[in-house]
Amino acid sequence: MSANRCGGRLQAARPVLASLVVLLIGSATTFTQTRADRSHPPSLGPAPQLKIPAIEKRTLSNGLPVWIVEQNEVPLAQVNLVIHAGSGDDPVDAFGLASFTAAMLDEGAGARSALQIADDVEFLGASLSTTSSFDASAVRLNVPVRSLRPALAVMADVALRPTFPEAEIDRLRQERLTALLQAKDDAASVAPLAFARVVFGPAHRYGTAATGTAATLKAMTADQMRQFHAARYRPSNATLIVAGEVTATGVMPLLEEAFGKWPTAAAPARTPVPTARQLTAGQVTIVDMPSAAQSQIRIGWVGVPRSTADYFPLLVLNTILGGSFTSRLNQNLREEHGYSYGASSRFDMRLSAGAFQAAAGVQTDKTADALREFFKELKGIASPVGAEELAKAKNYVALSFPGEFETITDLTAHLEEMAVYKLPDTYFSQYIANVQAVTAAAVQKAAATYIQPDKFAVVVVGDRKAIEAGVRALNVAPLRTQTVDEVVP
Amino acid sequence: MRRILAASAVALLPVVLSAQSGAAPRNLEVPYRQFQLANGLNVIMHRDTSVPIVAVNVWYHVGSANERPGRTGFAHLFEHLMFEGSKNVKEGEFDNLLESAGGDNNGSTTNDRTNYVIDVPSNALELALFLESDRMAYLLDTMSPERVNGQRDVVKNERRQSYENRPYGMASIELDKMLWPATHPYSWPTIGYMEDLTAASHDDVVQFFKKYYAPNNASLVIAGDIDYDKTKALVEKWFGEVPKGEPVEPIAPPAAMLTSVTRKTMTDRVRLSKLFIAWLTPRVFDPGDGALDVASSVLAGGKNSRLYKRLVYDTQMAQDVEATQQSGPLGSSFVIETTVRPGHTVAEVQKAIDEELAKLRQEPPSAREVQRALNEIEASFYRRMQRVGGFGGKADQLNSYFYAGGGPDYFAEDLARYTSLSASDVQAAVAQWLPPDRRVELTVNPEEKK
Repeated sequence: MSANRCGGRLQAARPVLASLVVLLIGSATTFTQTRADRSHPPSLGPAPQLKIPAIEKRTLSNGLPVWIVEQNEVPLAQVNLVIHAGSGDDPVDAFGLASFTAAMLDEGAGARSALQIADDVEFLGASLSTTSSFDASAVRLNVPVRSLRPALAVMADVALRPTFPEAEIDRLRQERLTALLQAKDDAASVAPLAFARVVFGPAHRYGTAATGTAATLKAMTADQMRQFHAARYRPSNATLIVAGEVTATGVMPLLEEAFGKWPTAAAPARTPVPTARQLTAGQVTIVDMPSAAQSQIRIGWVGVPRSTADYFPLLVLNTILGGSFTSRLNQNLREEHGYSYGASSRFDMRLSAGAFQAAAGVQTDKTADALREFFKELKGIASPVGAEELAKAKNYVALSFPGEFETITDLTAHLEEMAVYKLPDTYFSQYIANVQAVTAAAVQKAAATYIQPDKFAVVVVGDRKAIEAGVRALNVAPLRTQTVDEVVP
Repeated sequence: MRRILAASAVALLPVVLSAQSGAAPRNLEVPYRQFQLANGLNVIMHRDTSVPIVAVNVWYHVGSANERPGRTGFAHLFEHLMFEGSKNVKEGEFDNLLESAGGDNNGSTTNDRTNYVIDVPSNALELALFLESDRMAYLLDTMSPERVNGQRDVVKNERRQSYENRPYGMASIELDKMLWPATHPYSWPTIGYMEDLTAASHDDVVQFFKKYYAPNNASLVIAGDIDYDKTKALVEKWFGEVPKGEPVEPIAPPAAMLTSVTRKTMTDRVRLSKLFIAWLTPRVFDPGDGALDVASSVLAGGKNSRLYKRLVYDTQMAQDVEATQQSGPLGSSFVIETTVRPGHTVAEVQKAIDEELAKLRQEPPSAREVQRALNEIEASFYRRMQRVGGFGGKADQLNSYFYAGGGPDYFAEDLARYTSLSASDVQAAVAQWLPPDRRVELTVNPEEKK
């Protein structure tokens, strides 16, 4: 990031492009004499209907499933190839393999060098990214439609025919090792890594960053990446998602040309990441960052997988607790006490159970006070939620849903979620009804099951000298201290 | 990142359209209707029915550049207070009502303007107008020292989180102090100095609101799934009673120019050194501004860019490199920023940067380098067309172009100032505006181990 000049309410925002001077023409309208009735807020009419984008499902000759959504707003197309393999599929001795493999895809592919790929993509005004998460990997293309065909040729090379050149592997290895080193400077980067390690332990895949550790990065070889790619990147293990100013009829031949000859072969069955052992007793870990101006706090334990039957109650529960501006955690820590710029909570739902975590950066001299307030809210959510608060949370989640389909990038991200987690075809059309069906009783039951603060792990990344005595005095749970190098190996 | 052009501060410039883009490119038109209320509020409406949402976007033409020494950070602190309630909206209700309607809201402050965004499902347009107009008209009715104190603490924590506790976070503040004369309003940070945040008072809030938050110093854009006539009537209903304020005098900044090389070294709690090299450059839309955007791409946009390829790809002396023309109405700066890898020195990296700059001063970039940059810029214009709300959505951009004075729908003209550039324009801008002997150099080194 370059130097940022803006202060924002919730986050620093960037100003947009400005422009040139022309005479402004405006017509003054008649003066309004009467004052509006402000004694109560204007009533809302009926909420607009969600226009579900129609998903056209096709298949290429090699069996690759294709999902197409026509959206004619701007002359752009988004094409995402989703591979159903991610960091969760890393071998136990090679954490970081899926991530490194994905990062190497555009570092040499087919007859193209790394520099040629970059030049080809940029010259077309396209954006091409290769990435992976715990649950999937993806190659994503955003391109002006007039350049779709040549861009697909580059994309297909990148996704299907990466060459994994040694020199580029070594370059990326150094880049990743340096990034890991830099992460240790930043409390906001250290905190999630430390928290994952505390909750899941070093042996569980979710206990280590998707990129792996310094040791696994140093050991990673081209052969491992080739094997991972050859085994996992297969038409039978992938979904191709297309949105933008295209029609199914028009775009299918282009997709067939680019991806149709991708050889069919069965990918190995996925072994799910084992469900982590749940925490059974509270614990506090202080990670020392001398002279830090704030303490980065994370509190939680093992949560739920994306397939949980309690998805919608948890969505509403989390919105109330820490998922929106008016949520209890943010109101308390930010608005009531001013300890923080913002506090939140989330469930990381993956193919297996990720973490539940509450989080904030708080000023160093209020660390213990902030922890006390965190626990007050985490305990308080066990009590029945009032009707008004429940309705607000449900409406916030349900009524803002249509806005999540505005850009082709938003839209394809939702379709990726649907593909990776095998959500039913009716998922979008039932979403609002499913949110509105959540009852206070369901929220209370979910809270009792998934929010048990006396068993939570607390991680505080901050200035130990300044905060340890206060945190100890709170007597939340047994306390230990660690160094940054211990939690970010 | 750009600052936004102030209408009053810029001369009229000819627009040169290149041969191939004489007409507005397809879909780069944003049709709108515009009117002005008797209280001076300018209103712009744009209809886009692709999703059933409406963006209500207000720009107040005031930013940290309007602050006085001793009260830096005040425009931004004030922004926070705008969400805390007004005469007919109890504390907390602003957010409660919007979330209950499925809406989102936010605000941001730069040197030159403060913006407020509300995005709601189309049935909640009137609610958004009620809330936005109530704080424009009646913010002070319920303002109190306690509210100021509450948000002062929040803003101090924003400063801690985004600057003090972020690696290299204090460097941008130092760099601005080095670039601009102490009396120039861009010399102080939008987030403010801690002691100034402490000093801000309830009385300051009252004065600031009266001076800068009048409808005649603001512009309102409503974009999305709307009916023009009904929306106009609603705006008149809710904003018509807001009292007009005094005109705001334009800022008259002192001249800013660098006459030599200024060097400084600071330390931070980091493991690697970072180097910043910066120049003062033409204001947004002045000749040279667009060419320097393209130069930033030739230097550091992508793997084949000159600095990235040499520093990060070939020699691997650096972890990253960025070059940015930060354009503003009162002046701009061009900043090159790079992180030095372990085993290398700032001096080595700087020498390589200087060699690459020297080449670009002497010879124009290749046609492909320029075309690559222009193709990316053009695609970015289309990408910016998709969203109506939020920061950087169409509503925000219409307000930005309106404030700049070019008319709200200035998208195609803005793009044309890039597509009209030649390779020698880029070379000339680098030669003229990025000289080796008039610039600032800031190095951030790791603190010594105790």
